[in-house]
Amino acid sequence: MITVASLVLLVGVLGFAVARPRGLPEAVAAVPAAVVAVVAGLVPWRDAVSELAELGPTVGFLAAVLLLAYLADEAGVFRYAGTIAARWSRGSPQRLLGLVFVIASVVTAALSLDATVVLLTPVVFATASTLAVRPRPHVYACNHLANSASLLLPVSNLTNLLAMSAAGLSFLTFAGLMALPWLAVIAVEYLILRRFFADDLGTPPRPADVPVERPPRFALVVLGLTLAGFAISGPVGVHPAWVALGGALVLAVRQKEPVGTLVSRANPGFCLFVLALGVVVLAVSRGGFGTIVDRVAPHRPDLLGLLLMAGLAAVLANLLNNLPATLMLLPLAAHSPGLVLAVLLGANIGPNLTYVGSLATLLWRRILHHRGAPPVTGEFLRLGALTVPACLLVGVASLWLGLRVSGL
Amino acid sequence: MKILVWLDEGTWEACIDAARDLPGEVTLLHVSDVGTEAALSGSAGLLGRVAGADPAELLAAAERRLLGAAAQRLDRPAKILTLRGRPEHEVLASCASADLLILARDGDQRRLGPRSLGHRTRFVVDHAPCRVLLVWPGSPPPLGSIP
Repeated sequence: MITVASLVLLVGVLGFAVARPRGLPEAVAAVPAAVVAVVAGLVPWRDAVSELAELGPTVGFLAAVLLLAYLADEAGVFRYAGTIAARWSRGSPQRLLGLVFVIASVVTAALSLDATVVLLTPVVFATASTLAVRPRPHVYACNHLANSASLLLPVSNLTNLLAMSAAGLSFLTFAGLMALPWLAVIAVEYLILRRFFADDLGTPPRPADVPVERPPRFALVVLGLTLAGFAISGPVGVHPAWVALGGALVLAVRQKEPVGTLVSRANPGFCLFVLALGVVVLAVSRGGFGTIVDRVAPHRPDLLGLLLMAGLAAVLANLLNNLPATLMLLPLAAHSPGLVLAVLLGANIGPNLTYVGSLATLLWRRILHHRGAPPVTGEFLRLGALTVPACLLVGVASLWLGLRVSGL
Repeated sequence: MKILVWLDEGTWEACIDAARDLPGEVTLLHVSDVGTEAALSGSAGLLGRVAGADPAELLAAAERRLLGAAAQRLDRPAKILTLRGRPEHEVLASCASADLLILARDGDQRRLGPRSLGHRTRFVVDHAPCRVLLVWPGSPPPLGSIP
């Protein structure tokens, strides 16, 4: 009964997030669902409070990073990256793809996947269009890298932030262990996309005059210092959320951003949604579904265990969306940093698999249908089927290697 | 003669150059690829965290720029046709009222042969219900490139 009730709540919360009746924010369903879970006794209130206390700083960190990315965009950082890519590509679609891979991987790692999807992708499209090269490979690359290149730093993906706090890993340990999987996964994505889009990338180079743009030096320096601050904040006992907030405030003051804009760009509604979702997922984890997942989940961080955990996370990410999947699996993996990172490999790479299966995709399809353009699923599915298993395999193998070398 | 010119990014200039010397009524066709539009709409999957740029507007602006440049290069009056969908299907549907379709090769440009047709171009060439003029986007590879 508890299992059914908690699953109904979760499905209701996610269903509302997909349907968004009258454009209402996701939190409108999630917060009452969390309250119901506590009042109905699916989650003891003490556990709910400790879950919220645990999630709080992480969600704050996310809000600060979203704000940082928005301010970087306002300062012209993404536009500048676009002009650099246009100039250095010298009109060649293939060179442009290489540059897009570098830029999208760095932006995703440093400023989160949202920055790549929302802020960088339109710039990349505009760059391709200015050079009159076919934008398809480059736009698909941004889409894929937003997920698969979000492995490197805790700030790259909300799932990583959750994992860092669950496993008690420091910023630098996290980055150290994920560096090799990150590089390996990006390399595999590159090779497969290069081949998959060979026709579009084979058109002759067409050099174009791209005006030189002044680099947004101040914003770039602040972003660099903020990233360096993340690395040193742990050892000196400061939560990296404060560093992110500091960086964002410096940019906000310099750019004279109105307070109202800053608040809305920090997405308070989404932050509330994540907190409420945490409580609802806790209810599911405590029920029978959680027991099944617990039974299936591996407990040893050997190569097979890592592979199984990453596979399980990828499957759950496609069934439930990667956020609930991560929330559900992290408690089962928290005893081993290796297993926690394997969860992330699955939860971050997995969503590229079925553009039709995941919640993210349902949202995406809903918007496309709304615009009167039913999505073309064949191409997305084929690309997902080619890249995801390969990326998961090399990602897990590199993680295993990193764990063996580091002795963790 | 009704000439339909399929303009695709990266290869359109050669198609315009081929059309310029032919007598007849020219229609310039561009198809906005729904696959690209779908990939541009990725922000919809971020659980409402942020609202991105409107993909339809981005595509429309790029299309206007391409068609403007093409009309200027053609340098004679032409009809403009803009469609949205899967390019190969839209092009074929538009061929119904044309006498001649002009399109460019877009596969492997290093050697002569069947691979010099990308899969979309191949589909259109195989199924076109009218005469087809297939041009190289740059200078064609030498005869010696045949293996």
